[in-house]
Amino acid sequence: MANMSLQKHPMPEQDPVVRAGNFKEVALGYTPEIAVEEAQRCLHCKNAPCVTGCPVNVPIPDFIDRIKEGDFEGAYQVIRSQNALPAICGRVCPQESQCESKCVRGIKGEPVGIGRLERFAADTAMAAGKANAGKAPACGKKAAVIGSGPAGLTCAGQLAKAGWDVTVYEALHTAGGVLMYGIPEFRLPKALVEREISSLKELGVKIITNAVAGKAFTVDELLEEGNDAVFIGSGAGLPNFQKIPGESLCGVYSANEFLTRLNLMKAYTFPEHDTPVKVGAHVAVIGGGNVAMDAARCAKRLGAEVTILYRRSEAEMPARAEEVHHAKEEGIHFHMLTAPTSIEGDENGFVKSIRCIEMKLGEPDERGRRRPVPIEGSEYELPMETVIVAIGNSPNPLIKKTTPDLPTERWGGIQTDENGRTGKKNVYAGGDAVTGAATVILAMGAGKKAAAAILEDHPS
Amino acid sequence: MYPIVKKRVLNETVTLMEVEAPLVARKAKPGQFIIFRIDEEGERVPLTIAGYDRERGTVTIIFQKVGYTTEKLDTLNEGDSLLDFVGPLGEPSHTEGIRRCAVIGGGLGVAIAYPQAKALHDAGAEVDLIVGFRNEHLIILKDELEAACTNLIIMTDDGSNGNKGFVTQALQKQIDAGRNYDTVIAIGPLPMMKAVCEMTREPKIRTIVSMNPIMIDGTGMCGGCRLTVGGETKFACVDGPDFDGHLVDFDEAMARGRMFRPEEARAKEKHLCRMTGEAR
Repeated sequence: MANMSLQKHPMPEQDPVVRAGNFKEVALGYTPEIAVEEAQRCLHCKNAPCVTGCPVNVPIPDFIDRIKEGDFEGAYQVIRSQNALPAICGRVCPQESQCESKCVRGIKGEPVGIGRLERFAADTAMAAGKANAGKAPACGKKAAVIGSGPAGLTCAGQLAKAGWDVTVYEALHTAGGVLMYGIPEFRLPKALVEREISSLKELGVKIITNAVAGKAFTVDELLEEGNDAVFIGSGAGLPNFQKIPGESLCGVYSANEFLTRLNLMKAYTFPEHDTPVKVGAHVAVIGGGNVAMDAARCAKRLGAEVTILYRRSEAEMPARAEEVHHAKEEGIHFHMLTAPTSIEGDENGFVKSIRCIEMKLGEPDERGRRRPVPIEGSEYELPMETVIVAIGNSPNPLIKKTTPDLPTERWGGIQTDENGRTGKKNVYAGGDAVTGAATVILAMGAGKKAAAAILEDHPS
Repeated sequence: MYPIVKKRVLNETVTLMEVEAPLVARKAKPGQFIIFRIDEEGERVPLTIAGYDRERGTVTIIFQKVGYTTEKLDTLNEGDSLLDFVGPLGEPSHTEGIRRCAVIGGGLGVAIAYPQAKALHDAGAEVDLIVGFRNEHLIILKDELEAACTNLIIMTDDGSNGNKGFVTQALQKQIDAGRNYDTVIAIGPLPMMKAVCEMTREPKIRTIVSMNPIMIDGTGMCGGCRLTVGGETKFACVDGPDFDGHLVDFDEAMARGRMFRPEEARAKEKHLCRMTGEAR
């Protein structure tokens, strides 16, 4: 008998006042009892519309069935058959615009909590040490993967499962890409990312850190060294700035720098870890995406009063509704329809204030979002000691520069067909390096498609 | 892990290390840099490559004990290893076409000026190498410097080597004497590079400086190393570290360099506590 409750079971969470002072995970996860109860809300639709909303085609009703039966380990194996990183996706996928947006239960009431169930299955299986899928027999083919973020890890995992000899090259000292340097501990615990990566290593994937593509080696060298295929998943690494006066003052960070100091270098433990981060009593975060929410919530945890400045209204915010909700709960201020015009500094070159102008929404732009227009005479100034710029990233040019015959878009993205084939033979690409800044799951979907194309083009 | 295969103390604050890092040594060129990290808790610190041996797969770094991490690095010895060592990063120096130049090094900058001067000298250019130290005890690499240039001028702030003054004064003297430089390369503390650029601006001598701002990843990701060059924002890690010195906003670079001073002092304090075993 299905559970006909119209609401999904709420996620147990740390109290907002408590969690705004620590970096521990906000969402605590379902208990087995809650998971089984929530699983019973699934009607197991024959046509499974939810699966069509999943970029990596997880057989959602099947894994939920296993949870209903109390076979949590089985549920995990069903997810693992299509998704290399379930514990991560269960946490950071925008399910509300993917699988859950297609759920029949969502027509009247809330959809099934698919993401929360995925997370439950993954956490339970990993805690029981059941994550190991075992090595596939070697097929004699060899691939190099550039970048160990979600696109690269997924591609590497798929190829390794098919018996390929896969080496992943990572520029930083730790594998994981944005999962390690970008997404904060309180949203995605780093120990969990490390566990997912070690389960890929158990599949035979080799990871070489401190290896910068385009500097220590080139794509052509990887091909010459006997790789049958090269996958580029180097991400969108170069931070954009607004080009307003004052952006080079001390106290202005790109969101990348701020988040990397905290997440990768663990600056929130300074001086236990050697990398410092400096945050004043008042912090402004410019931007309205998930990265802006992450930066704001990190600054809050360091004790600051945090204000998000976004030039459109809340309806246009690209951040997930859940992230905005969490940020508000934690006491972050939102100044919507506000654009910074300059950052002012003191005599020592440190930020002292930010000047803003109010905006109103005009005609829709080419993407259908209403364009913000400044309201004349509405300028005002807010005292600030820290400003974090979170207005997006551009692809890193290092690979493009050293691979002249790799066709790229004018804005720097690598051109590919829908399956990740680039214009250069045996070279594939996916994730933010192709699309510009997007989500973890879209990058994983691209890594998976490219792996399928690689297997198709190189039959063993 | 990246083993330290050689350690040589150059003076009381400056140390040379040769580190086994074949992936870096394979591609390194003068002007590029590496980033190292000592241990799990360590910060990422950039250092310009002072030399490399492709066959042995080693890279030479020269560092000054100025802060917590460099103090800690100096406690390591031959046989110890660094946890991380990544590179070569940044663009190599573009020294093609230089016929007659002055290479200026101040303090630790001498360590980086040396390979630049040597490369130019080996390529047949006329090289005046002008280096400055606080006093004669701090002079490093004297034999190497002599072999890497046409004229070596060593200045000391206190005159203890018999040649009192700053490198800028020596440079001015050379320019006044009619040494017709096509290029000046200045490597050292920001105020020194700024002063050199002010001096060469009027006579319009092309001047290249090597910037070493605070950075984390060194691949363009963090943007912490941004500088204003000719009114545009540049990232030292991917656009540099060499820039046209006449276009660099040195005052801004100096202010940015001071951003974490109090934190650096705090980290150093912790270091002393660890060394003496006293509780914080």
